[in-house]
Amino acid sequence: MKKTVLIVDDDMDYLFQMKIKVEQFGFETITADGQKEAEMIIETTRPDLAILDLMMENDDSGFILAYKIKRKYPDVPIIIATAVTAETGMTFDINSDENKQWIKADLFLDKGIRADQLQKEINKLLKI
Amino acid sequence: MAEYKILVVDDEPGIRMGTRRILQNFKVDYPFMDEHIEFVVLEAATGEDGIEIIDREMPDIILLDNKLPGIQGVEVLEYVKKKLYDIVVVMITSYASLELAVKATRDGAYDFIPKPFTPQELRGSIENITKQLFLKRMTQKMNKEGKLIRFQFLSVLSHELKAPINAIEGYVKMMNDRQFGDDMAAYQEMIDRMQERIKGMRSLIMDLLDLTKIESGKPVQHLESVNITGIAQISIDTMRPYSIQKDVDIYLNTKEKIMMDADPNEIEIIFNNLISNAVKYNRNGGRVDVFIESKKDAVVLQVSDSGIGMTDEEKARLFQDFVRIKNQKTKNITGSGLGLSILKKIVDMYHGEIDVQSVPDKGTTFTITIPVNAQT
Ligand SMILES: Nc1ncnc2c1ncn2[C@@H]1O[C@H](COP(=O)(O)OP(=O)(O)OP(=O)(O)O)[C@@H](O)[C@H]1O
Repeated sequence: MKKTVLIVDDDMDYLFQMKIKVEQFGFETITADGQKEAEMIIETTRPDLAILDLMMENDDSGFILAYKIKRKYPDVPIIIATAVTAETGMTFDINSDENKQWIKADLFLDKGIRADQLQKEINKLLKI
Repeated sequence: MAEYKILVVDDEPGIRMGTRRILQNFKVDYPFMDEHIEFVVLEAATGEDGIEIIDREMPDIILLDNKLPGIQGVEVLEYVKKKLYDIVVVMITSYASLELAVKATRDGAYDFIPKPFTPQELRGSIENITKQLFLKRMTQKMNKEGKLIRFQFLSVLSHELKAPINAIEGYVKMMNDRQFGDDMAAYQEMIDRMQERIKGMRSLIMDLLDLTKIESGKPVQHLESVNITGIAQISIDTMRPYSIQKDVDIYLNTKEKIMMDADPNEIEIIFNNLISNAVKYNRNGGRVDVFIESKKDAVVLQVSDSGIGMTDEEKARLFQDFVRIKNQKTKNITGSGLGLSILKKIVDMYHGEIDVQSVPDKGTTFTITIPVNAQT
């Protein structure tokens, strides 16, 4: 059976392009355009892997979502994709006690990553 | 190359050696940092030795076992906290004492690594810690130098500029690869999306140009007596094609000339921003009302719309650079999130005030009051 990848991004163009790419790698995809929609999806569906944008409704939506996915499905690998890695640290309070315990991504990726590299990383996380 | 010192405090020689071996040739790099970071590992078999090394060597990171022969790990942690050392402490614990580790985390340890750990786990933890430590230090340094705000601005800006370029590049590549065979409709869709993104980029660049004019920092300079009503009219005319497209009517409810000493370009930026938002965040068939009023000691500009409105919480963030309210209603509306922060900067230069009244799904009213004698 094909594995399912959940892709979450509020940039509809990036979401669409990512979906096409991931489908070409031979996976099924489910997409969501933000944290809220993604939260609804994971209520009922367990993806095999999730690719999350970091800044959506809030600067740290990706982190929150990662946390919630891991809590529900501890084994689902999570990739957080960011356009500028600088976003992660500067707009986000890395020192608060609350935050530092729950950053649960398996991998941070630059959004500009080449398709073949992305495929390699996904396969690695899915152990295929 | 930078070097971080890692101190391992553990009475098991195996753990100390393992850590040294695992981190020996390990490097961490970060896309926006110029150099990579390598590690030197220091070792202590007891808490007492640990403290001595801490005072002498000032490590950057401490990997701390709790169960030690003399004083316990948590006591070392307390020592570091008491001295206010800028050191990240990570507890290494066996699963059995996980609870204790969680407590230590509450007491100021940064994280904990369960023992036994694989090289991969250790490297992963160290990588995260290093990045965060680096960012934290950089933040502190820039705060001191007053550069932080500028940096935040630039990093968000680079994000805002890169996102549309990435999107367009992605589509060009897909078209180039004939990804959809000869399905012309699919390509047309991509062309439309690219045009939309280009439009967004153009408006961002226009906003930035406005911003650089203002940010040159000088107080209002080209004061001349200007007819505010006339400028409002120009602004409405500029917005007309767009408002027709959205089926929104714009009314200028003030007919008489209202004169004020101001820079006409700046007043135009104010109206352009308010009116374009009022149209953009409106419903089909909605309306926009512009009022100008001359009071004894102030001129009042008001723009009301019958649009989507916003919640109080959203309202509070309006005037920050690049803030765009993201919800179901604004999802398909493009913008830079700079318009209102520019407006605020201008109004500040005139020592004016901005009031926002808004009801979700009913509409929004922006009222700007500019004092007429207290200008710089
Ligand atoms: N009249 C309005 N009604 C409802 N929401 C508004 C209104 N004006 C502004 N907003 C909200 O405030 C946010 C910030 O507005 P701002 O003008 O700074 O940026 P923008 O519209 O995204 O971009 P631009 O600078 O290109 O106009 C918008 O994203 C929008 O959600």
